[in-house]
Amino acid sequence: MVETLFKPGHTACAGCGQAIGARLVIDTAGKNTIIANNTGCLEVFSTKYPESSWGVPWIHSLFENCAAVASGIEAGLRFLGKKDSINIIAQAGDGGTADIGLQAISGMFERGHDVLYVCYDNEAYMNTGIQRSGLTPTLTDTTTSPSGTGSEGNPRPKKPMPEIAAAHGIPYVATASVGYPQDVQKKVKKALSIKGPKYLQIHVPCPLGWRHEPGLTFDVAKLAVETGLYPIFEYENGQMIPRKIAKIKPVEEYLKVQGRFRHLIKNPEAIKKVQAIADANIQKYNLKAEA
Amino acid sequence: MKNFIEGSHAVAEIVKKCRPGVISAYPITPQTHIVEDLAKMIADKEFEAQFVNVESEHSAASVVLGAEATGVRSYTATSSQGLLLMAEVVFNIAGLRLPVVMTTANRAVSAPINIWNDQQDVMAVRDSGWVLLFAESIQETVDLHVQAYRLAEDPRVMLPVMVNMDGFILTHGMEVVDMPAQEEVDKFLPAYKTAYKLDVDDPKTMGFLADPDYYMEIRYMVQETHREILKIIPEVASEFKKAFKRESAGLIEGYCLEDAEQIFVAMGSVCGTIRDAVDELRKKGKKAGMLKVISYRPFPKEAIIAALSKAKEVAVVDKSISLGGFGPLYTDLSSALSSLGPRMPKMSGFVVGLGGRDITLMTISEVYEKLSSKQTDCAFLGLRQELLGGVNG
Ligand SMILES: Cc1ncc(C[n+]2csc(CCOP(=O)(O)OP(=O)(O)O)c2C)c(N)n1
Ligand SMILES: [Mg+2]
Repeated sequence: MVETLFKPGHTACAGCGQAIGARLVIDTAGKNTIIANNTGCLEVFSTKYPESSWGVPWIHSLFENCAAVASGIEAGLRFLGKKDSINIIAQAGDGGTADIGLQAISGMFERGHDVLYVCYDNEAYMNTGIQRSGLTPTLTDTTTSPSGTGSEGNPRPKKPMPEIAAAHGIPYVATASVGYPQDVQKKVKKALSIKGPKYLQIHVPCPLGWRHEPGLTFDVAKLAVETGLYPIFEYENGQMIPRKIAKIKPVEEYLKVQGRFRHLIKNPEAIKKVQAIADANIQKYNLKAEA
Repeated sequence: MKNFIEGSHAVAEIVKKCRPGVISAYPITPQTHIVEDLAKMIADKEFEAQFVNVESEHSAASVVLGAEATGVRSYTATSSQGLLLMAEVVFNIAGLRLPVVMTTANRAVSAPINIWNDQQDVMAVRDSGWVLLFAESIQETVDLHVQAYRLAEDPRVMLPVMVNMDGFILTHGMEVVDMPAQEEVDKFLPAYKTAYKLDVDDPKTMGFLADPDYYMEIRYMVQETHREILKIIPEVASEFKKAFKRESAGLIEGYCLEDAEQIFVAMGSVCGTIRDAVDELRKKGKKAGMLKVISYRPFPKEAIIAALSKAKEVAVVDKSISLGGFGPLYTDLSSALSSLGPRMPKMSGFVVGLGGRDITLMTISEVYEKLSSKQTDCAFLGLRQELLGGVNG
């Protein structure tokens, strides 16, 4: 078996994208790493007392404060003179990041702590049963933004979390997807080589919440990127560098494999709306590869 | 060395001497002077510490939680709304068994907004697992901080300790304080060392998910530790006496209790006023006495019973109220003394001084007068009837 700092035996669902993402992150960061973890699926499925999947020092405090806890860990290590040899990662889901944890993250960024913040974006509050978050995409059916005769699902677009992070003037912001594991590894490595606050948002499919086949996790993740719905890019010192898409696919290919979008399939107007979001992303982030 | 100093400055001075490595706080009246002084001391290189200026009290508490989890002595201070905003983290610090020390400059809570003193804020986190100590004077506040770290970090304890000091009355009051010297503090409070920390050479998971098969035992262990602390607090106080050559703190303190028949029970600075009231009553030949509760959590039931078992009448003076119920101290005392059965003294509860309403000798004599009349469980004293309109008939 491959040496890993995120031991299997946890209770994640089959095909859980977040479990794949979390393992990629910690195995890239290595054993000289301390993790502060928000409440959410990841914390729940990996630390059921008395077992723990974590091969590194790991602390969970609450739902919204991993950025502040990580700030405290950083201050403690600084006081001990140990900061330079140890990585600190604060990690959370999309809800814990973009909604309830936003204030603490902003504080951590503004104070300039040397911490890598990783957001595992499964686009809803999964741990509590698939409720809508600020990172739930437009027209998604969730338990609190259900589609119905009077609704097409979540009415609002994803909060531009990477831009919010970048607006703090931090040295490194990036998005990634578990569909591209090497890209995730490369970005974690790069982020940890930079001093100061870093933000990495990883798209992680959730078979249960997105209602796709557990075996399709990688395909679904890739489709999100290939359609332009999940743009992959980096902001390095304010400069935006996109990951180009060789062959852009229509959004329908992504939507049709997921139950959370099933209500859109026979609704061409709604699909057009989603396509417009992808098109806008492609333009905004200059995603299209040169022919 | 004896100095005439402001309470907040005295706290900052003693906290500095306790050598915390990380301090994090967010401004709120009347806590501000403490953390401003500490920030300035660090800026002037009077001592080495990381001062983390956070964006909220929730984060201040989270920062000290994280710092303490690296095995570094940490400190925060707050008041009122700040403590309420921290509440979630306050519970977690105790649950994680992290020996943080915090000063609460006690203040009323909103609404209406009111920056003046009472002790309502701390009651919101009464059940969090923190050791809750209450100071009567600035001197006692200083002494309690040194003892707080010693107690919190005791391997038998490993729980956070909160030192409560009445806002303005103690934070902004001036007093002659016998300030312990650095060498004395260093001797009494050695550097904090623990294996229970986030350490890359010995990776631990802190803050598990505990299901119904495990949760209750983990909480029970905190309760058991509190029982143990009832023995450790007197130990720490007697060590303190040896080290600093004066007596300070402990679980409770009695005043004129030997033959007392009417006993006031209270916490914090109001005990100073009650002492004066007792003196006056004694001059008039009345057998009055006072019991000051210093350790509110753990609640020193046995010590209190021993101190009060011969009393005829007990007047509990609360500076907070569990709205819809009674004064919290009154409730605790009633349940403690109920074990005396028929020997239980007549217990009366009084609520005074909310939102900074003056508590004078008159207020305390009013308590005394009321003791002999009908038993009362939650009488508000000093109310301005003219403001109550229809409410009270
Ligand atoms: C203060 C507070 N509010 C609400 C909750 C309930 N809660 C726990 S996890 C969670 C959802 C987490 O969603 P997200 O951050 O997206 O992580 P995921 O579970 O999807 O990985 C919620 C709402 C909580 N634990 N604490
Ligand atoms: Mg989520």
